[in-house]
Amino acid sequence: MKTLKILVVFAFVIAISAFAIDKVSVSKTDTGYAIGDIAANFKLKNIDGTSVSLTDYDDAKGFIIVFTCNHCPYSVAYEDRIIALDNMFKPKGYPVVAINPNNAKAYPEDSFDNMKARAKSKGFTFPYLIDEGQKIYPQYGATKTPHVYVLEKTANGNIVRYIGAVDNNYKDATSATKKYVEDAVNALLEGKKVPVEITKAIGCSIKV
Amino acid sequence: MLISFSLIAGFDIFVNMQKKIFYILLVVLFSNCKGEQKVSLDATEIFKSKGVEIPVYDFESFKPLLSINDDKTRVINFWATWCKPCVAELPYFELINSRYPDEQVEVILVSLDLPKQVETRLIPFVKRQNIESKVVLLDDPDADSWISQISADWSGSIPATIIYRGNNVNFYERSFTYNELEKELKKVL
Repeated sequence: MKTLKILVVFAFVIAISAFAIDKVSVSKTDTGYAIGDIAANFKLKNIDGTSVSLTDYDDAKGFIIVFTCNHCPYSVAYEDRIIALDNMFKPKGYPVVAINPNNAKAYPEDSFDNMKARAKSKGFTFPYLIDEGQKIYPQYGATKTPHVYVLEKTANGNIVRYIGAVDNNYKDATSATKKYVEDAVNALLEGKKVPVEITKAIGCSIKV
Repeated sequence: MLISFSLIAGFDIFVNMQKKIFYILLVVLFSNCKGEQKVSLDATEIFKSKGVEIPVYDFESFKPLLSINDDKTRVINFWATWCKPCVAELPYFELINSRYPDEQVEVILVSLDLPKQVETRLIPFVKRQNIESKVVLLDDPDADSWISQISADWSGSIPATIIYRGNNVNFYERSFTYNELEKELKKVL
């Protein structure tokens, strides 16, 4: 009877520790930037064949970095709103820079040629860069598309001020009651604290 | 002798009564669980086409599905037809669904396809792939309000999966092979 008790306790300990190991491995995936971190610069190929880097923007006060792509309906649903953000904030010093982090081998719809076609048909007003070799998105910690990072340019570098969704309604822009990116950039322009710094949104996994 | 016989008979009746009460309790319990599931079946809309039925939930009506406290293990997979890694692992969820008896394991495939693509993409997909697991649509555009309620560990990227039984809940933001999925399932079975 005693041995049975010991066995039960032993099995319980194993079960608990297995659970604990699991928890650790889950949180390990939470890499990438946190609010306040300095975001890495990059130099990526644009759809027009040129290279684009954050250091190219002398007059910018910051950036709206959007990891997005062609194939994901959630990304497509936000295209018009991303164009609107660029139109609204580029003149104020916060241009949009879009990056496609996907591997075209996994998603042929996200190939460089298809990126060009999509940008043309939608009339993108911002660079649409390809993360060749998929090196930039893991540094930022982007897990899905669309995934937005608002950066504030300072003497010390580009500081991450907002991470998350464009707004709180992927289906319908007019029904969105919280415009996270717009509010973040407006706050930064006024020298205020960003009201909502992190949000979560559904999106298609970048990793395949 | 006679007394002891009647005692035994009495005992038998007593045991039978206990059994009956047990069965009645079971039925009550079972129908209670059914009732609980019914709460979750409070769909905002039901898409019906080509013999496929897909109920649509907002998060509030979907939420009870995440904490049904019966003895069944539930495997809840968040996916969409446009998500390649999701589609790639669906056969493994189907295999779990067919290999384990319904009363032991229930697989629920929660599609995050956009509602306007249910009839054009989701239903044809379910039909073409002969999906036998339960498919539901979660349509709640204020995702930031509910993603963390599903799991604090979830960024919102799909595929994502919950495997739970009672209070034993595990969440995964990752893809699975069949063996990996079954291994995780056996942890809570």
